[in-house]
Amino acid sequence: MNNGKRSVFLITTTCFGIAFLYIPMILLVLYSFNDSKIVPVWGGFSTRWYGVLFASEEVWEAVALSLKIAAVNACFATMLGTLAGLALVRFGSFKGRTLFSGMISAPLVMPEVITGLSLLLLFITLNEFFGWPSDRGFTTITIAHITFSMAYVAVIIQSRLAGMAQDLEEAAQDLGAKPFRVLTDITLPLLAPGMLAGWLLAFTLSLDDLIIASFVSGPGAVTLPMLIYSRVRLGLRPDINALATIIIIVVAIGVLLAAWIMFRQQKQRELELKMSEES
Amino acid sequence: MSSAAPTVTASLKHRLGHLLQRNWRSLILFIPFFWLLLFFLAPFFIVLKISFAGNVIASPPFTAMIEWVDEGVMNIRVVTDNYAYLWEDDLYVNTYLNSLKISSISTILCLLVGYPMAYAIVRSSHTTKHILLMLIILPFWTSFLLRVYAWMGLLADQGTINGLLISLGIIDEPIRMLYTEFAVYVGIVYTYVPFMILPLYANMEKLDWTLLEAAADLGARPMVTFFTVTLPMTLPGVIAGSLLVFIPATGEYVIPDLLGGGNVLMIGRVLYNEFNANVDWPVASAVAIALLLLLVLPMMLYQHIQGKETAGS
Repeated sequence: MNNGKRSVFLITTTCFGIAFLYIPMILLVLYSFNDSKIVPVWGGFSTRWYGVLFASEEVWEAVALSLKIAAVNACFATMLGTLAGLALVRFGSFKGRTLFSGMISAPLVMPEVITGLSLLLLFITLNEFFGWPSDRGFTTITIAHITFSMAYVAVIIQSRLAGMAQDLEEAAQDLGAKPFRVLTDITLPLLAPGMLAGWLLAFTLSLDDLIIASFVSGPGAVTLPMLIYSRVRLGLRPDINALATIIIIVVAIGVLLAAWIMFRQQKQRELELKMSEES
Repeated sequence: MSSAAPTVTASLKHRLGHLLQRNWRSLILFIPFFWLLLFFLAPFFIVLKISFAGNVIASPPFTAMIEWVDEGVMNIRVVTDNYAYLWEDDLYVNTYLNSLKISSISTILCLLVGYPMAYAIVRSSHTTKHILLMLIILPFWTSFLLRVYAWMGLLADQGTINGLLISLGIIDEPIRMLYTEFAVYVGIVYTYVPFMILPLYANMEKLDWTLLEAAADLGARPMVTFFTVTLPMTLPGVIAGSLLVFIPATGEYVIPDLLGGGNVLMIGRVLYNEFNANVDWPVASAVAIALLLLLVLPMMLYQHIQGKETAGS
């Protein structure tokens, strides 16, 4: 970029944009250490809201439920999404392909209120005819989450498959491996990083969902977002700021760790490439 | 007997293996296909069906569509009142129009904020590019709900912005920002701008920037270059990003509820309340179908673009 004027404009907008994204979160963290009960009015440094948060049994229960749903959801969504991605990229044309690809990508853009309402009505109808699910909670929320998370996993797997060189698979096939063996011994191991990324995304999406869970949950099953929402609806709460701070720190550590691992792998690969070129 | 059992299992295993060898493709396809048919497609037909039912105080609170009057004689009852009700009640029509207005303006605002940022990211050096992209993606991994909540603290009457302005002596009375339409715009732009930046970035990354230099060399002024070269080239990214903001923003519930309070009517909120507070399932279903009809065109457009993207790469 040699054009100085434009460059200044771009740098300013980028700085403002990043500040716009981060200042609210920084303030959220700062106010969690505020002694005052009124969130935006500073009353001195204190960690008492963390005490209030940890003392609440409700919070622990909600965290446990949300983590359990997120983990089970991530495993199933990764499995189903990987199968769907494989079918869409490697199977060529098959009967119902248009319907299938439409159904797999529609949850990405479907308003959550519609997904939530329609799944709840499905569960009620199923219960009426088959007596299942007799009560709503963990199972129904997990099923709902799998349904939209698998779409995201499928997108990741599709793009990985499309960008993957097929020479290893072709080599295996030339050496006489049956297609199924090629899939289990070559394609799936190569897809492992994509599946891990899909798992993590499905896990976070599930932890983040409020609306769909509110629709398909029953009495007694309260996920973490549902708990946060019921509290902040009535106004600002310092203990929620404390909770937000903990979430932001956990996410930041996780992302930095992932970035570090990826960075090291990249270096390793570059090194290997260099060595193979030299030899 | 004891010797026969393992043989049976072994042969069963063998046959199962054989079956898997031959039909594994259908099996791979069948599992996600069946899941989506049951948990994604079927629910819509149920919503559609209930939207044509009448409301009764019962459990579940709607009338049956098909009633068996006598043996083999059935009575099909289709109620279109719910849709007529939506059409005649000003509240619903206004809410639809207001949702469209808010999501359209928010999309334009996201474009105004996101476009220069995406452009700046594409044109920055390799390392900076990765750091900036990570900074854009990072908020995705934290809670959406808490990011909206953060703005409650900023915009409240006693909030950070009002406090700052008063202490600087710019204003004497706090400006009412929370629970207004302005707060909803801020909230939508804040949470959705990454959805605008990322598709724009993906599109710009693939472009041939020498064309810009060529235009400049041939004497085109920056503004002219922007409107005749840059904008047309990045149009697919603009459309993809706009749809990714527009579609979910139209059905948004959390932002109008937390930041708009009762003052901002949006269709997602009306649907939620109709279902949970008023327990009128048929009307809620009709609202859902009407919202879907409103969004079906943009959604199909998005799928079309996505399909072309994957086919192209």
